[in-house]
Amino acid sequence: MSAHAPILAIAVPLLGGFATPLLAKLHKRIRDLWVLLIVLFVGVAVGYVAVHVFTQGIWVYVLGARHPQETVVSGGFPIRIMLVVDAMGAFMGVITALMALVAFPAALKYLPEEEGKTLALTLGSLLLAGIMGMAYTGDLFNFFVFLEVTSIAACALIGFRTWTSRAPEAAFKTMLLFSVSGLLFLLAVAFLYGEYGALNLAYVSVLLRGSAVDRLALALFLGALLMKAAAAPVHFWAPDAYGEAPAVKALLLVVNTQVSLYGLWRVLFTLYGGILDTTVGWLVVAMGLLTMVVAAFMALAQTDLGRLVAYGAVSQIGYMLLGVGVGLVTMSGRPDYGLVAMKGGIFHMLNDALTVGLLFLCVAAVELVKGTRDLRELGGLGHGLPEVALFFLVASLALAGIPPLNGFASKILIYEGSFRASPILAAVAVLTSILLLAVFARAFQGAFLGPRVNVEVRVPWPILVSMGVLAVGILILGLVPGFFVEAMVTPAAKALWLGRSLYLSAVLGG
Amino acid sequence: MTVVVRTITRILFPIALVFGGYVIMHGHLTPGGGFQGGAVAASALAMVVVAFGAKSLSGKKGLLSALESLGGVAFAALGFLGLGVTFFANVLAGSGGLFGNPVPYGPNPGDLNTAGTLPLMNWAVGFKVLAGLGAVVLLFALFGGEHDR
Repeated sequence: MSAHAPILAIAVPLLGGFATPLLAKLHKRIRDLWVLLIVLFVGVAVGYVAVHVFTQGIWVYVLGARHPQETVVSGGFPIRIMLVVDAMGAFMGVITALMALVAFPAALKYLPEEEGKTLALTLGSLLLAGIMGMAYTGDLFNFFVFLEVTSIAACALIGFRTWTSRAPEAAFKTMLLFSVSGLLFLLAVAFLYGEYGALNLAYVSVLLRGSAVDRLALALFLGALLMKAAAAPVHFWAPDAYGEAPAVKALLLVVNTQVSLYGLWRVLFTLYGGILDTTVGWLVVAMGLLTMVVAAFMALAQTDLGRLVAYGAVSQIGYMLLGVGVGLVTMSGRPDYGLVAMKGGIFHMLNDALTVGLLFLCVAAVELVKGTRDLRELGGLGHGLPEVALFFLVASLALAGIPPLNGFASKILIYEGSFRASPILAAVAVLTSILLLAVFARAFQGAFLGPRVNVEVRVPWPILVSMGVLAVGILILGLVPGFFVEAMVTPAAKALWLGRSLYLSAVLGG
Repeated sequence: MTVVVRTITRILFPIALVFGGYVIMHGHLTPGGGFQGGAVAASALAMVVVAFGAKSLSGKKGLLSALESLGGVAFAALGFLGLGVTFFANVLAGSGGLFGNPVPYGPNPGDLNTAGTLPLMNWAVGFKVLAGLGAVVLLFALFGGEHDR
């Protein structure tokens, strides 16, 4: 079985998602157990793949071949769908599995049975399968298929509370954006297929000549993936989506934006790595700055706790774009500070998943207890919910990049790297962080401080456990970042920055 | 709907289902396949909804939902069948058993008993599309309400 670990991490949640409604007909307990088993299995498979990839290099798995490593047919032409997991893909898988392990047990307690819990769990499993597929695939069309799987599952989760007025609107908005994004991606793939007659990422990458069609395809890729990753100015679906989806499931939506960013890195560094010039890098940097500033200012204006956190999450996307963008800008000379910035951007993906995940769980707890997320009606919850208040404080400080929490660990790398590229970049990033600190201080004050209010509902213990796990993760990553950077982030950054030839030879041989 | 529509629906319903089944069954030999055949079969359900009203099928929602899940499970399970070799490996092709005949070369009318797991996957997809599309049409008709018509 272990030889098939990469595909099992995708196929098991897919099968599990389809089987969930059937098992729910038998008994609700069986369904809950089944969902837990699936998520645990994905965690084990992803962990196994990650250890294997970090110690022994790229793992290629070919579907339907005579043996899993039979990548090419005679003539050196890859025809089958294949999974190619390098250090970056494995790192993305680890983030996904971590968030799934936190989100699903909490969701079992958080989602009310009469609101269609079975369907939410099914959609969650499918979303998980899609995200894992995007992280592991080595085929452009396959990436598109998984992109669509995540789009459909995500939209259905967002519009899940059909009886409210805002959820269907948010779902419609998101569906529109995701459809356009999916079509742009498909068009780009069609251009490349028309030109080179191949869909395998590594094979197309070798053939790319940098013609006008290739450049057009690159623009379409950029547009599609930035749209899905909620970068400004196409970020406006994200606050609605994060705010309206059942809050526990918003954790998976956060990973969904990150895996789109991962797709962007894959396209820029691996697919177009041979022909890219610095213009694209500066474009990514500019998008990053725009995203972080716009989202931080938008967060300042929010009165809804969920939307405020969502804008905070969007602004973090800007930091990742900035970090990796600086790496792209300096690709030609490959100075040390470029790698530092890339490490920061990639490390920030993990940190952002933890902090934003914890914030969304806090929002879920507040909403569960008070039935509202409106900051004008909330207040004084710190007396009745001291744990939640503490977790919210830890997560907001981490998000604003205050030491010794994990947000600081990755942001300092981004500041360092981008300062060497241009001091203005670092200055904007630091100022945005200060602004975010102000935003979250206000949110904390608005929701948790103030005169005591009575709290009748208790927060279910699985949600508190999930919060605790994330908070401990935030602390550990903040206190000993060096270990994680060396073990996972540096290989991931190097896989993108230097590893293109390794990726290509792993697929095509020689 | 009028008695003309209802009568013709009674006649066409089995024909549409059988044609859908035909397209699914020959998916590995002729144009079409699981999705297309499932869509054709689902049109039979749509016809019933139009002719007899959504209420006539409203009891079948659970069945359609179960059938849809089963189709998905069957498809993924067929992928797992190949795990001895690789995921999605076609273990039945050329085995001599079910759908296991060698594919004939040259001009021929086509041998249905070939292609291994592919026809089975076509059936899985076909049932999923039939149930899924049928459920969508049925739900639209049910939620459309009386005053829409």
